[in-house]
Amino acid sequence: MTVIAIAFYLLALVTLASGLMVITAKNPVHSVLYLILAFFSSAGLFILLGAEFLAMLLVVVYVGAVAVLFLFVVMMLDVDFVKLRQGFANYLPIGLVVGLVLMGELVAISIAVATKGAAAGNQPLVATAAEPNIKLIGHALYSTYIYLFEAAGFVLLVAMVGAIVLTLRTRPNVKRQDIFSQVTRRRKDAVEIVPVKTGEGISE
Amino acid sequence: MTIDLVHYLTVSAILFTIGVLGIFLNRRNIIIILMSLELILLSTNINFVAFSSYLHNVQGQIMAMFVLTVAAAEAAVGLAILVTFFRNRGDIAVDDASMMKG
Repeated sequence: MTVIAIAFYLLALVTLASGLMVITAKNPVHSVLYLILAFFSSAGLFILLGAEFLAMLLVVVYVGAVAVLFLFVVMMLDVDFVKLRQGFANYLPIGLVVGLVLMGELVAISIAVATKGAAAGNQPLVATAAEPNIKLIGHALYSTYIYLFEAAGFVLLVAMVGAIVLTLRTRPNVKRQDIFSQVTRRRKDAVEIVPVKTGEGISE
Repeated sequence: MTIDLVHYLTVSAILFTIGVLGIFLNRRNIIIILMSLELILLSTNINFVAFSSYLHNVQGQIMAMFVLTVAAAEAAVGLAILVTFFRNRGDIAVDDASMMKG
């Protein structure tokens, strides 16, 4: 039990510290790297809770895709990030006040729910060899939640199409291959046989 | 020294607050705002998974998966909008982004 407690406190501390660094780091690239660390250590928290599949999903989706996407955009945009940090100190007092109030309320609700709610006194679910986590998720996802699962697929499709439509641009003055005009081109449109007199050449 | 539900909920609450604070502090930098949104969604995910584990019910993990899906879609579309905005304006300061008014 002590090992689990040590692991929990370590992972929670790393998660919160890196979350704090995400919003205070001067360089946005560092922010993205701290975001990766936060997701990684919360994947560790998921494993402590017995949600192995979701932990792996978090690592694959966030560390593998979303964080790299952020990193791409941060490095691609040529922006003066020092200018964007102006006003950081202006909003600090009001932000701290609102944040402390919000945190106090959330923690109070958490303590109330955890001590009096339906889950009071329960132990965390431990996966067994007969009923592993992935099996439970698969049963629920492909039977009860099949329509929601397909809706999630549509959400991803719409997001993909939306991202492509937003960033696609047709630039003028760029030569592109036009297969139809290439295929329908005929000999009489392209070449002409001109009798040339010796020593005179042709004009036009 | 057992780890109870309240520990996970407290971590989630603090992470949520950090995300909200990030939106307050970095009002001009939309990239950090998007990352703060990711932190907020991560804290809801921790809440979902903690309740799922302590209530011995797998539904919370399914919901966390859907939250993950929506968060990924939101990040993709948000960053696409950001790139388009940067292409049009040459800057990503969002506090004077009022092109679409009226």
